[in-house]
Amino acid sequence: MENIRGLSIFDIIGPIMVGPSSSHTAGAVRLGLVARSIFGEQPQSALIELHGSFAETGRGHGTDRALVAGLLGLEPSDERIPMSFELARDCGLHFQFQDVDLGESQHPNTVHFILSSADRKMEITGSSVGGGMITVTRLDGFPVNLTAEFETLLIVGEDRPGTINAITARLYEEHINVAFFNVARDQRGGQAIMIIETDDTIPGGLVEYFKTFPWVHAVRRILRLKE
Amino acid sequence: MFTSLQSLIELAESRQLPLHEIILQGEIASSGRSREALRADMTRRLETMRASVDKGLASPVHTLSGLSKGNAHKFYTSIRQNDAALTGSCLSRAIARAMAVGEVNAGMGCIVATPTAGAAGVLPAVLLSLQEARGFTDEQLVNALFTAGGIGIVIVNRANVSGAAGGCQAETGSAAAMAAGSAVELLGGTPGQSAHAVALSLSNMLGLVCDPVAGLVEVPCILRNAGAVAQCFTAVDLALAGVESLIPADEVIDAMERIGGRMDERFRETAQGGLAATPTGRALAQAFWTRTRGEKTNEF
Repeated sequence: MENIRGLSIFDIIGPIMVGPSSSHTAGAVRLGLVARSIFGEQPQSALIELHGSFAETGRGHGTDRALVAGLLGLEPSDERIPMSFELARDCGLHFQFQDVDLGESQHPNTVHFILSSADRKMEITGSSVGGGMITVTRLDGFPVNLTAEFETLLIVGEDRPGTINAITARLYEEHINVAFFNVARDQRGGQAIMIIETDDTIPGGLVEYFKTFPWVHAVRRILRLKE
Repeated sequence: MFTSLQSLIELAESRQLPLHEIILQGEIASSGRSREALRADMTRRLETMRASVDKGLASPVHTLSGLSKGNAHKFYTSIRQNDAALTGSCLSRAIARAMAVGEVNAGMGCIVATPTAGAAGVLPAVLLSLQEARGFTDEQLVNALFTAGGIGIVIVNRANVSGAAGGCQAETGSAAAMAAGSAVELLGGTPGQSAHAVALSLSNMLGLVCDPVAGLVEVPCILRNAGAVAQCFTAVDLALAGVESLIPADEVIDAMERIGGRMDERFRETAQGGLAATPTGRALAQAFWTRTRGEKTNEF
């Protein structure tokens, strides 16, 4: 492939952002935004574990405030980012930070979110890989690779034959081109997760349609991250 | 085409098009967006760059940490009053502009990360100073930004632009290389000369560590932007005079990646080495943490 990471010029000349650090501030906002998007709504409570450089120097770069800002849905250029802790209180988001060691193999700028609301909980691990670009690497224990550089469809369901075909057939009918397709499962016949990154916009109706499949537990449309 | 500078150069030469046109066509193809929409997006970035430069020069910028104290404004005022800078009128003004953006960034103001926020001063400083000195239009600067972006994509595809992964060479080094390659094109050089400017500027910044005092993007980051501008100008002048880098640009980028991979963690943005670990660096960090501890809150 010509451009192996699917980068846009505007990943390099950009983002337009509030400083001081693209990886520790803008990337952190984006990790919060994507986590919120995967969770499907603003969580009521967030345990935010910081690894490596995020733990070492994160607070000096406003990483903590940036992560919370993202969970609240603020964009990286939003000048309210420095006030996100106060904003969280107003929005009913309870949060707590903790330093962790997730091991040598993790990217130095990594965060592990444990998000919860009244009846559900979700764990999301992601890294800020430079220049404000991010990768989500684990989702409820499943290894994934989600950059939000594309519009993304996330489907969690039972591991059954024919599921990929059922999903992709419908994408074909809607003329949606798949850029990257990632499937993982915990065990045969257990829980499976599909991450479909697309070139085209995924209509809201399609998300609702996939939710009607009896073997599907959850569907999320994760919007392409803009600046 | 974005995996090597050599392939970009060859495309530009074989199609007899400038680098920025090749890169813009690549972006049109990969994004599916129109030329006009992409140029409008880039123009918006140029405007944000200009605003951040103006803000940092107009009055002293004070950052939250208090480590930086309006040096951009001080230097700019000095060189305008007394035109005696050894670096000359164009370079000295570019240095002031680079520092201006760095200070605005450290003050949690709005900037364009090119390629990162820590190195965001270099490209606007170089391009806006060339505009002032040589009268380039905004259209031409937008072209130059596409060229710089294309060079940046090659660097990310072969190496990376994060201080935490590759040290300061990956941030200000990449910024200098992007600015040098695009400045050569703006000044009428060939695509090959652009590649030599990339190679020469990056070669002179290999091994540079990321050692921010107190872990903040301030000391030495803001002044490293100034240094990177000087490296950029040096490489541009050399390349335009026909001086060539014996090591091709792509191999210099690969060398940077290997150096970054072997760099001790203390020198990769952890604030545990280099200037951050000097007695004064540690004392400044200690003073900062003591002062902010009362404000630091972990939980709500």
